[in-house]
Amino acid sequence: MSNIKHLLNGIIKENPTLVLVLGTCPTLAVTTAAENGIGMGAATTFVLVFSNLFIALLKNLIPDKVRIAAFILVIATFVTIVDLVMKAFVPALYATLGIFIPLIVVNCIILGRAEAFAQKNKPIPAILDGIGMGLGFTLALTVMASVRELLGNGTIFNIPILPEGSTTILIFILPPGAFITYGYLIAIMNRFKAKYN
Amino acid sequence: MEFITVIILALFVNNVVLAQFLGICPFLGVSNKVSTALGMGTAVVFVMALANLVTYLVYFYILVPLGIEFMQTISFIFVIAFLVQVVEIILKKVAPPLYQALGIYLPLITTNCAVLGIALLAILKNYNMIMSVVYASAIAVGFTLAIVLMAGIREQLDINGVPKGMKGFPISLITAGLLSLAFMGFSGLVK
Repeated sequence: MSNIKHLLNGIIKENPTLVLVLGTCPTLAVTTAAENGIGMGAATTFVLVFSNLFIALLKNLIPDKVRIAAFILVIATFVTIVDLVMKAFVPALYATLGIFIPLIVVNCIILGRAEAFAQKNKPIPAILDGIGMGLGFTLALTVMASVRELLGNGTIFNIPILPEGSTTILIFILPPGAFITYGYLIAIMNRFKAKYN
Repeated sequence: MEFITVIILALFVNNVVLAQFLGICPFLGVSNKVSTALGMGTAVVFVMALANLVTYLVYFYILVPLGIEFMQTISFIFVIAFLVQVVEIILKKVAPPLYQALGIYLPLITTNCAVLGIALLAILKNYNMIMSVVYASAIAVGFTLAIVLMAGIREQLDINGVPKGMKGFPISLITAGLLSLAFMGFSGLVK
């Protein structure tokens, strides 16, 4: 039962993007199309799950003083794996996400979960926490990317939603749209939190 | 001439925060007051120029000769973390007043993704060593410009009534969006 709680925690209650407001750079940068949101989410989830697992396994071996450096080493290893795998198998997506794939290494969600959760828990809860946080991140990114894609381009996942010839608001797929959409999403989330607490 | 183009592009057209989305965390976190924003900006200029110089040397004189370019991400993040520590120690000894002013911002810079991001981008863009350092400095000045502007606006925002749900991050993000909109006006500046 408590395992399910670890899994669900990251999706809504402590959603890394909308509630904790961590990992803002990739959130703003890659959400120009729903597809990119899922791609970035999947890459981050992979790194999050494996770094959480390995840190939970190694927690007794890592001296406390150098733990941050050790965590970064573990995270950077998995980021390099993702980087190479994506370059080989999904070159188009890799080209769109560009610099933000290697930058997963400085995504504060991952180091944050390592520090706050994985190093204090057993491997199984750590994996579930990683999956939950990863899903929460992916979900938030996809929602935000869908909003931007719909308003800016009239499509979601490249499927036309708005009737042909309707005016779209181009600014939403440009940088200012990212900030504005993200701001409103957090505001909506705040409203929900206030209502249910 | 090439230098000027790179500097103007980095400062206004491709502003690191408002157009490239790097370094958003400190941009939102340390932009409460103009004075702190200036301190953070200065520290970033310092570290970023140095980080690009060192990562350039590491890449072309260690990684490339050994044929292990895929170690780029891991080695760069360690170089930057190490560099920040060294700068902190040296400043403390050599220039205590400067350390007093920048000290608290230095540890925060390791988590500033702009430093790693720009180091990676400079390699990607095939800049030579001098160009790489100029590029990093210009980008960092652009970061300072954005964060100081933002801090100025936020100081004013504090006095104004903001709807409850919009307080904190949402209003900051929307402000940043408007700022980014204004910066898009620079896009025709360099052909």
